[in-house]
Amino acid sequence: MISDSDFNRVRWRCRRGSLELDMILGGFLASHFAGLSEAEQGDFERLLVHPDHLLSEWLWQKTPPPDDLRDIVGKIR
Amino acid sequence: MNIARRRFDCLVIGAGGGGLRAALQLAQAEAHVAVVSKVFPTRSHTVAAQGGMNAALGNVLPDNWLWHMYDTVKGGDYLGDQDAIEYMCQAAPRLVIELEHYGVPFTRLPSGRIYQRKFGGQSQNFGGEQAARTCAAADRTGHAILHALYQQNIRARTHFFDEYFAVDLLRDQDGYVLGALVLEIETGELLIIEARTTLIATGGAGRIYRTGTNALINTGDGMAMALRTGIPLEDMEFIQFHPTGIAGFGMLITEGARGEGGYLVNADGERFMERYAPHAKDLASRDVVSRAIAIELREGRGCGPRKDHVLLKLDHLPADIIKNRLPGIRETAMRFAHVDPVEKPIPVSPSLHYMMGGIPTNRFGQVVVPEHHGPEEPVPGLYAAGECACVSIHGANRLGGNSLLDIVVFGRAAGEHMVQYLSENPYHRPLDAESVDRVMQRLARWDRKGEGESVDALGDELRRTMEEYCGVFRTQEVLDEGVHKIVAIGQRLSDVRLKDHSRVFNTARIEALELENLVDVATATVVSAAARTESRGAHSREDYPQRDDLKWLRHSLFYRAGRRMDYKPVRMKPLTVDSFPPKQRVY
Repeated sequence: MISDSDFNRVRWRCRRGSLELDMILGGFLASHFAGLSEAEQGDFERLLVHPDHLLSEWLWQKTPPPDDLRDIVGKIR
Repeated sequence: MNIARRRFDCLVIGAGGGGLRAALQLAQAEAHVAVVSKVFPTRSHTVAAQGGMNAALGNVLPDNWLWHMYDTVKGGDYLGDQDAIEYMCQAAPRLVIELEHYGVPFTRLPSGRIYQRKFGGQSQNFGGEQAARTCAAADRTGHAILHALYQQNIRARTHFFDEYFAVDLLRDQDGYVLGALVLEIETGELLIIEARTTLIATGGAGRIYRTGTNALINTGDGMAMALRTGIPLEDMEFIQFHPTGIAGFGMLITEGARGEGGYLVNADGERFMERYAPHAKDLASRDVVSRAIAIELREGRGCGPRKDHVLLKLDHLPADIIKNRLPGIRETAMRFAHVDPVEKPIPVSPSLHYMMGGIPTNRFGQVVVPEHHGPEEPVPGLYAAGECACVSIHGANRLGGNSLLDIVVFGRAAGEHMVQYLSENPYHRPLDAESVDRVMQRLARWDRKGEGESVDALGDELRRTMEEYCGVFRTQEVLDEGVHKIVAIGQRLSDVRLKDHSRVFNTARIEALELENLVDVATATVVSAAARTESRGAHSREDYPQRDDLKWLRHSLFYRAGRRMDYKPVRMKPLTVDSFPPKQRVY
């Protein structure tokens, strides 16, 4: 079970440079994050490390994400 | 309380394009620079600027920086300061090339020169044929610029404080700004960053409205910090509504879509912009198009069951143009409006997009306020650039492609002037204990426990109120009621309580501080709007439909203390060319 401060950290890192990513990532966090396995939650946080343009490209299916992030990107889509 | 202290030559608050361009200028001059950003720098809102950056390169159609200047003065409905506008338009071509050298991959023509697209409000020969002035890196120009500047700063050894929230400026009794008190979000620890010179580059405050194109981080932190330090905000009534946000959400469909041949239709399928702007049609400037859409909606010609939007048609264009030139727009439309613009039109409505007003500065980026010797006395040690600032080059309405230009030109100019300031002020001034105490008191207020209103609920009410009482259409009655309601919301701030009082990653505390900032900026906006009894640029009054140059060709200044308004003249005199006198603005 993720601690409050850890959840807040993830929530803060869903704050991005564009409204589009704010909505997609924030929406996913609010409605699906709690139901993810611990490993998937870790994947989500690792995904957030990447810059906005890569997140957009992966989520918008312009370029494929790295193998280890493919599942979490698929879930968000 | 013992607060950790760090000393730098310069402090830059905000890591968008303006802040990073200034930081680079400083770091290249061997200054010791700290950049504070509440999110990682490459997640600043500059990444969202899709359209491009204006410069009179003349690569696609003939162009001249004077035509660019004319368009900017006219687009701003003659409220822009013409010395700053001349400086910007002259500098633009050189700075595009400079950015290219920093690694920005501008889209090219087959000849190898930089491609330039057509944007609204651009003309050849002072109001003649459409010009093509906007340089772009596909549809992610802002992102390309931000990344290039970030890499250059890393190379130049700029010191980044990532995920630090700037709480307030520190200023001594003589008026010198000494740096800022900041909060490390991860630990909740406070830090005093002392600096001989400080730049505010915190961007806009789009989140004072409910429907808008801005990211959630745009909470006007720097504008509110300035207000609390006794500095007024300039021209805050001028809020640009982008005509084409996705209906009901606000995600931006850039003007580039219309530049490539898209156009708007109402419920009757009529291309209504032909009635409002017979010459420029769908490429008229943003306020003209936003107002036209608002009129169509009010007169019952909106689309959909609630008649609350119009349609942006692109489906007549070849599919490969949409796919290649506007890929981001297509994705946004498909994801948020569930339509593929290749096949069907996109539902759109006006959405908050940009704030023309902000912290008053001159063309060197110095923050200037009315003092004993005139209306524009520099605040020693303080600079501002970008959307949080008001130079003012956008006047009453910003043209597309001029905001990326603004941050690059005036971020650089501020950095340059700060280098000079450092040489004239070689020593740190002593820290002012009183100014630290004031900030500490403000922070301590959030430690109060017990029952009270929530940050989210009050924030939602603020945003809804601004949308309803300070939107595209404005009358005295509506605005006065807006002032009343926003002031009441401000008073209720003291009843807000936090449930979470932990230190580590307490984002609720950060959001409470952001709400205080939003309330201050919203108050400045609605009070300034109620005071200006004319229509000019983005400020459109139903009860005062005409521009009134005799009375209102002047900048507004809002002070937080007593919610007082003051005014100062527009700088009508350019640097080297003749002034562009006010004319009726028709497209």
